[in-house]
Amino acid sequence: MKLRHLMAAIAAVVAGATLVSTQALAQAKEQFFPLLSYRTGPYAPNGVPWANGKQDYLKMINARDGGINGVKITFEECETGYATDRGVECYERMKSKPGVALFDPQATGITFALTEKVPTDKVPLITLGYGLSIAQDGQAFKWNFPLMGSYWTGADILIQYLGKKEGGLDKLKGKKIALVYHDSPFGKEPIPLLQERAKMHGFDLQLIPVTAPGVEQKSAWLQVRQSRPDFVLLWGWGVMNSTALKEAQATGYPRDKMYGVWWAGAEPDVKDVGEGAKGYNALALNTSGQQPKVIQDILKYVHAKGQGTGPKDEVGQVLYTRGVIIQMLGVEAVRRAQERFGKGKVMTGEQVRWGLENLALDAKRLEALGFTGVMQPLSTSCADHMGSTSARVQTWDGSKWSFVSDFIAADEQILKPMIKAGADKYLADKKMTRRTGADCQS
Amino acid sequence: MFYRENGQFKTSYRADQQVFPILQDRIAVGLLLLVAFGAVPALAGDYWFTNILIPFLVFSLAAIGVNILVGYCGQISLGSGAFMAVGAYAAYNFYVRIDGMPMLLSLILGGVCAMLFGILFGLPSLRVKGLYLAVATLAAQFFADWMFLRINWFTNNSSSGSVSVSHLQFFGMPIESPLSKYLFCLGVLAVIALMAKNLVRGAVGREWMAIRDMDVAAAVIGIRPMYAKLTAFAVSSFIVGVAGGLWAFIYLGAWEPAAFSVDQSFKLLFMVIIGGMGSIMGSFFGAAFIVLLPIFLSQFLPALSGLVGLEISTASVSHAELMVFGALIVWFLIVEPHGMAKLWATGKQKLRLWPFPH
Repeated sequence: MKLRHLMAAIAAVVAGATLVSTQALAQAKEQFFPLLSYRTGPYAPNGVPWANGKQDYLKMINARDGGINGVKITFEECETGYATDRGVECYERMKSKPGVALFDPQATGITFALTEKVPTDKVPLITLGYGLSIAQDGQAFKWNFPLMGSYWTGADILIQYLGKKEGGLDKLKGKKIALVYHDSPFGKEPIPLLQERAKMHGFDLQLIPVTAPGVEQKSAWLQVRQSRPDFVLLWGWGVMNSTALKEAQATGYPRDKMYGVWWAGAEPDVKDVGEGAKGYNALALNTSGQQPKVIQDILKYVHAKGQGTGPKDEVGQVLYTRGVIIQMLGVEAVRRAQERFGKGKVMTGEQVRWGLENLALDAKRLEALGFTGVMQPLSTSCADHMGSTSARVQTWDGSKWSFVSDFIAADEQILKPMIKAGADKYLADKKMTRRTGADCQS
Repeated sequence: MFYRENGQFKTSYRADQQVFPILQDRIAVGLLLLVAFGAVPALAGDYWFTNILIPFLVFSLAAIGVNILVGYCGQISLGSGAFMAVGAYAAYNFYVRIDGMPMLLSLILGGVCAMLFGILFGLPSLRVKGLYLAVATLAAQFFADWMFLRINWFTNNSSSGSVSVSHLQFFGMPIESPLSKYLFCLGVLAVIALMAKNLVRGAVGREWMAIRDMDVAAAVIGIRPMYAKLTAFAVSSFIVGVAGGLWAFIYLGAWEPAAFSVDQSFKLLFMVIIGGMGSIMGSFFGAAFIVLLPIFLSQFLPALSGLVGLEISTASVSHAELMVFGALIVWFLIVEPHGMAKLWATGKQKLRLWPFPH
């Protein structure tokens, strides 16, 4: 008897839930932003501010502008835990909701899996500063947008910076550079470019993998201690970064010779290490701090009304701001698409893709959006799905990040042939052809 | 009433030895197949195919494989994720390196490679058992993780270590749409499940069970422990390898070694324990429990909290998921340690007597 009551209760609740969700689906004229995120697991310390930034920007656009030209924005989060299969599940669940604009998978592994799926589903994929490096070639990867930088541009900028520091790239000859990397697609992605650069300048590249998630690094740092490289490039994410810094401290490896990628250069990475991380350098795609106008707007329209997603003092942190940038680019792509396909309409995935391919954010537009100084101007095209390849180097002084270099652009001379060759190989493997000029217009 | 067997007389050994000796079971299985092949494709949407049915089918297949080893032969293994990985990567290499390789054949060859790998890592089972064997098979897991991360040949020298397949075909028919993928998985599962069911009923299966129940006694009555244990490892890892190939080819499309991590091994072991050790049907129940429950909870909890006017954050949903999941596993093991298959058997026994309990 008891069991029967329980079953009846569950059935009633399920029926009610279905009813509620179908009612929610029935509303129209809303642009839907699916938000894949991870708030649990070993990458959560970095995943949380990122996800909060993404959500807060959408809330702010709704509150301040009433949406995009009158089209209200809706969003829903789905927890992936950084796992590829859960990410695929989230994608499949949300891809067919009405008004889906684009996906930002927030993980390199998930990006690889979705790259195979988006051409059939006709939804664009933005992977800001991560993902597949060769996807910069928009003529081969119609649906991928590695905006603002890839791991190849990041690695290139770091080598250029090190060369400059040493007084010329030729001074790198004979030097030892170690890459301590997360042993996953994310960490392996920069290797081809570093190998290319090593061949060009004659430095010795050591590859030191760290098993995911990266809490166990004793053997990696033993290798560092033995070979005493001149520089360590740190390709870590989440808990791996702070662990690496602690291990470096224990090993006695000077932190000012360590250079992280932009995913290893945020507050959660260094905060717990504090003084021990002093002197550590990392790339920066964007600024941090609460001064920019857009951050002020978020504080004013979202947090002041008690609708902020995370704690208030996290607003404006490095990863939070990156989340804001990602979402701004998504919203701008919808806006751009509306300029062509009709203002005040809900854009389809295909239309948003066109918007992403024709982004033109110059300094003036960035100022209007409140992003002055936060990021570099960016413009995409059919051939270039990245838009901008510059980043800066920043140093942790024990309490805050400060920039030590100007914007450095990745060297297109080196990148272009590598991207072309990689994209051609990809197309050949998949028995596909490059997009034609006519396809670029669509 | 539903399961009354009055009047069902067997007049030949053949009739007595069939897979489903009871008429009602034959009808039920026939109906189930009819629904799976006929009604489900007509009714389910794309989301159901890609997110619920395909993972369920693939994990059912993998659970059958693990059940043969753990449930029928009593050799506890924590290396199932590795066998899946070997199946997936071997199938990938056959598929990409040999021009014109049919997908089905590459999956089967992947299964064969997993079988060889399984036999290799099954060798310790001749000397050690129980917990010690579990630890030895864990080595297979770590070895596979290492192998596919570090040896570039296996990933066709992909710089990032992630591999992908496309243009899947089955005798000229493209396997691209969710429906065709579902039907393909279902077909593979139906064939292998039937074969596994027959295997465990036959001489080999009896040897496995004898080894499981008491290996010394089994050896005394003339069962060769080496043959029995290694065949169990071979059959099990073949099936798990095919499941790994399906998971990679059909569900993920592109994958990295992390897709077959030690978590996957644990998941498969949970499926077998919860579903029911030593039961082919239990594998289906276990897979359904492990695959569907997290998805159900992640949909259901926000809806439930929405009904009472609370907004529940994504993080709390996923924490709650883990808690509910853990609690249910513990509850299950206390209330029904023989798994869901035992519940089903009890239900069937009750239906035999219904409506006259005694």
